[in-house]
Amino acid sequence: MQIYGTDITSRLLLGTAQYPSPAILAEAVRASRTEIITVSLRRETADGSGTGFWEHLRQTGCRILPNTAGCHSVQEAVTTARMARELFDTPWIKLEVIGHCDTLQPDVFGLVEAARILSADGFQVFPYTTDDLVVGEKLLEAGCEVLMPWGAPIGSGQGLRTPDALQTMRAHFPEVPLIVDAGIGRPSDAAQAMELGMDAVLLNTAVAKAGDPAGMARAMAMAIAAGRAGYKADPMERRDMAVPSTPVLGMAEFA
Amino acid sequence: MKIIVNAKPHDIAGNTLEAALQELGYTSPAVATALNGAFVTRANRGDAQLAEGDRLEVLAPMQGG
Repeated sequence: MQIYGTDITSRLLLGTAQYPSPAILAEAVRASRTEIITVSLRRETADGSGTGFWEHLRQTGCRILPNTAGCHSVQEAVTTARMARELFDTPWIKLEVIGHCDTLQPDVFGLVEAARILSADGFQVFPYTTDDLVVGEKLLEAGCEVLMPWGAPIGSGQGLRTPDALQTMRAHFPEVPLIVDAGIGRPSDAAQAMELGMDAVLLNTAVAKAGDPAGMARAMAMAIAAGRAGYKADPMERRDMAVPSTPVLGMAEFA
Repeated sequence: MKIIVNAKPHDIAGNTLEAALQELGYTSPAVATALNGAFVTRANRGDAQLAEGDRLEVLAPMQGG
């Protein structure tokens, strides 16, 4: 898979928040075999805790995808993105413009506007969006080369709420890398996303809040690989009625 | 002069962003700054003049999803 001209082997992108400890985070990153981890920017404390965290991140050897999590306006998101570019020395930005406090759903109008500003400024934008096709088109027009539709609200672990819409996105944007971002709770959710033809999955809470984060990271990686392999193998059509799998021809007559 | 740093009031002697960071102990290279809502690059911190009541944000890498 290529995103903005960069070859990516692992189809699992992992968030770094909410782990019980930095050591468990590092263990989960290793177990997931991810190449891309997401991070955020927050106010530095007097004890320099952010600097310590930065060292942990570097040691993972992963590419950093900074986010604009928590930004509710275009201006906040754009400023945060510019600060992240300097801090992490990368043009990549996971762009979040949040529209609603309860659902954390994207403000797609602000998202398109911020994506346009940042793309023109040389950023490579990974937009956290809905599964709306028109919004997807506007984001591509704004300069995005990847789309990250939500599966379900952030941190909810509900799995894919609207798999049909994701399938439609796949059909409508055959050449655009699609990454399901948010809502994955279990390995089967991740496998389902991949079976629908998504290119990758970005998740955080499902691993961080599992009883055994490293074990769950490993399970997610396997589920994603299995789902991808299933998609490539072209699954059979669903049928409404039973069809015998054993040939009827040649059956004995006993009556 | 009094400025607001990460939402808390501080009294500082210097009058540039660079001087304020030194004074407040933000010496790590792993911080990024914004003054009154606008990003200030590392290279421009020495030229960024502070005024009474300015709002300074000093951000660092943190866990995120």
